[in-house]
Amino acid sequence: MSYFMIFISAIFVNNIVLAQFLGICPFLGVSKKISTAVGMGSAVCFVMVLSTIVTYLIYHNLLLPYNLTFMNTVVFILVIASLVQMVEIILKKTSPNLYQALGIFLPLITTNCTVLGVALLVIQKDYNLLNSVFYALANSLGFSLAIILFAGLRERLSFVNLPKAVQGAPIALITAGLLSMAFMGFSGIGN
Amino acid sequence: MNKTSYENLTRGIFKENPIFVMLLGMCPTLGVTTTALNGMGMGLATLFVLLMSNCAISAVKHIIPEKIRIPCFILIAATFVTVADLLISAYFSTLHATLGIFIPLIVVNCLILGRAEAFASKNTVFQSALDAIGMGIGFTLALTLLGLIRETLGNGSAFGWKFVSEDAETMMMFIMPPGAFLALAGLIIIINQIRKDKK
Repeated sequence: MSYFMIFISAIFVNNIVLAQFLGICPFLGVSKKISTAVGMGSAVCFVMVLSTIVTYLIYHNLLLPYNLTFMNTVVFILVIASLVQMVEIILKKTSPNLYQALGIFLPLITTNCTVLGVALLVIQKDYNLLNSVFYALANSLGFSLAIILFAGLRERLSFVNLPKAVQGAPIALITAGLLSMAFMGFSGIGN
Repeated sequence: MNKTSYENLTRGIFKENPIFVMLLGMCPTLGVTTTALNGMGMGLATLFVLLMSNCAISAVKHIIPEKIRIPCFILIAATFVTVADLLISAYFSTLHATLGIFIPLIVVNCLILGRAEAFASKNTVFQSALDAIGMGIGFTLALTLLGLIRETLGNGSAFGWKFVSEDAETMMMFIMPPGAFLALAGLIIIINQIRKDKK
């Protein structure tokens, strides 16, 4: 599969949030304002690409040769958790500006299932390293696109006068449902 | 059974239902509930992991250093997720194929970490087990209910039993991704309304 198809497929056709249901918690949780959504999206891009490279290398150079593949959930989540912590420390020292922008989102990423999900999907799909990096990048862009669009919709929706029972989670879910329906329109392209 | 134990057991089922009230663990809730049986399978797998990790965490809570407690909790949960993953793939291979990536993802289900942090790290093993059973049952019931609604509307069947003719037109949208969001929104609206009327 060409890199272009990986991109189109991961961003529009099989959008990680709206079609594969990964990362719903941050999608609903930090999407009240566009600025926070942009911060979360970029933090996810950064961590997802990095962690996919690291977990890919660990899987193929450590787990596979020693027949330890059943350990991959344990190993991957540990790698992701420590990687997130390390990125946080490094950013704090080297670029305070970036840390200010991404800082509060980084700890939340450990429990963001998109990161672990993509690390596992890459193994499942048997991609090579370069394809895995592209796949992770495309999926994180798909996540960012979905969360930023959703935050834009929610900013407008916050001015609407809604019945009490629909406020909060239900209206967010309905909006997400409509967004997901719009993304289904892309399903004709590729797979 | 005294009052607190009873309270800990039943809290998760309706009053603080993890899905309808606390909105925890949304990914598997939306991702696997295309049929009632899938929802139930996922719910029971989560119940198992939650029960084991809650017990283990409350048993070792005194030796876990405060600062690295979250990675410790995740590691304990990941161990039981691996156990559940291997058990499901050995005994229920079709379920394993349908749930797919959502089984290893139980480890990042906010429900597991949330209960570890909010309850198991502060209470005794017995109370933590009751809490886990209550929350797990609440989660399983919610997933089964959502799966049942989506299966009925989208496929015209309930627990795999088809009650419309094979070529009948069903609302396919409900077993596709948008239907998951809309069905859950509808359920939460109904539950919010019931809770408001009760007050």
